[in-house]
Amino acid sequence: MGDRALVIEFGDAADPVLSSHIAAVAQHMRASPPAGVLDIVPTYTTLAVHYDPAEVEDGDSPYEALAAQLASWLEKEPPGSTVEGRAVEIPVCYGGEFGEDLDALAIRNGLQPDAVMRLHSAARYHVHMLGFVPGFAYLGGLDPRLATPRRDSPRPKVPAGSVAIGGSHTGIFPLETPGGWHLIGRTPLRLFTPESEPPCLLNAGDTVRFVPIDAAQFASLSRGQP
Amino acid sequence: MNITVLKPGMHTLLQDAGRYGYQHSGVPVSGAMDLFSHRVANIVAGNHGDAATLEMTLQGPRLEFADDALISICGADLSPSIDAEPVPEGKAVCIRAGSVLQFGTCRAGCRAYLAINGGFDVPAVMGSRSTYETARLGGLQGRALVKGDILRAGARQTGLYPGLNQELSRARRAFAVPKWSVNQHVEKLGRVPQVVRIIPGRHWEAFAAARSLLTDSAFRIAPDSNRMGFRLDGPAVRLEKPLELLSEAVSFGTIQVPPGGKPIILMADRQTTGGYPRIAEVASVDLHLLAQLKPGDSLRFELVSLAQAQALYLMREQEMLAIREAVELHMGL
Repeated sequence: MGDRALVIEFGDAADPVLSSHIAAVAQHMRASPPAGVLDIVPTYTTLAVHYDPAEVEDGDSPYEALAAQLASWLEKEPPGSTVEGRAVEIPVCYGGEFGEDLDALAIRNGLQPDAVMRLHSAARYHVHMLGFVPGFAYLGGLDPRLATPRRDSPRPKVPAGSVAIGGSHTGIFPLETPGGWHLIGRTPLRLFTPESEPPCLLNAGDTVRFVPIDAAQFASLSRGQP
Repeated sequence: MNITVLKPGMHTLLQDAGRYGYQHSGVPVSGAMDLFSHRVANIVAGNHGDAATLEMTLQGPRLEFADDALISICGADLSPSIDAEPVPEGKAVCIRAGSVLQFGTCRAGCRAYLAINGGFDVPAVMGSRSTYETARLGGLQGRALVKGDILRAGARQTGLYPGLNQELSRARRAFAVPKWSVNQHVEKLGRVPQVVRIIPGRHWEAFAAARSLLTDSAFRIAPDSNRMGFRLDGPAVRLEKPLELLSEAVSFGTIQVPPGGKPIILMADRQTTGGYPRIAEVASVDLHLLAQLKPGDSLRFELVSLAQAQALYLMREQEMLAIREAVELHMGL
């Protein structure tokens, strides 16, 4: 991928075991990266290694040299390794001003708003990867009955903490950004805290459960946030 | 050492070489769009590491210097002047306390970089001083400059360019510059159409019929282009048949093609991952030329191999070392 990054392919379909393995490889590699490596980014099926060609050892052809180093590194990685994910509970206040698209999404899918809430909070989601904006987790495991095509025109501003559905995905918006997903609720938790290590509440390999809360609980939890 | 922002300019941001080490958390790299000019400006201003510089786009700021300072300006020609007298780019500049640096019309390129000896003093956030506005990270409170801001510079290294300092104390002028200047590729900034070298991307093969359009046509930078990405106006570059892709990492210079066939080149503030097919990747050595294009400017692509692009990259790093050595001779070190 260009002259300053290479991509290692591990498979071709979204699968929690696969993305969890790639996250584990990334984590181990990050602990002692080869010379010249700047960033190691696990995704659904690939691992991207960003590097500075001038800093790679034995660099007549930096790409060939780094690819060879990574290949021998991968041979030592246990084949079935997975990252030790945490189980994270995300409190969500569904509907109303916190999720203005909840009712419309329910009608569209032939469900009661309560049923949307129940189905959404009953599932256990898997964090495949992070991307889009800081702290945004790509979650797998949305009940197919909740899948809804994206809005025709994206909102210019989606509030931080919004819990939303877009296509067959659900996700949480860590920052106020534009977005074409349907807003069904909001969490008072901060997903991205630059001064913390790690800076993100969710990381690849974690599992997520949404826990319904009411407006009063939302307010009191918001006060507890820095 | 304080600098008061009398006028902020159109979009003036503190940037360094970027925020690496957090792309797996979804944190964009950001950093200078034209890293070449950013680096040269720092070298000429006598900074050793990667100090933050001011990235000034199309219309520069008006800045008042409270103390004598050693600065340099590289990149686009934004008609800089100090107390109304034109000041050359690509040179070390000793500026007198109380003087005002301002910029006028953009005569060539799009982005200029102002470096100051000692570096602009803002806290590093996640290892970088680069501004990423979407998350309000880095720089000056995570945003572009506004009127009334005070910029601070770190401690100035004494003894650099002794001749210039003597000249400043003898003459009545608001600034002093040497006779030499660095090669900063300015001669290429006005070239139309700009030629940008690319290497095949991850999905080059899936564009078998359309990819020749990329190398045989001229494209124009669309108006809705910014630090995240440049959209290209030109012939539609379509896939043979639709591709179902899962999101993957992207790079500075990744050229991705949404279903409409209008390519987007990902730039400094790009997201860390993307789900569109990638037809090609811009060779890193030409990213600084791309960063100097403004909406409406035209460009053409020329295909090179990965090996060629990396050989050019290594040559560029040698050139950087040569520039540093040459400048250090003048510095009196």
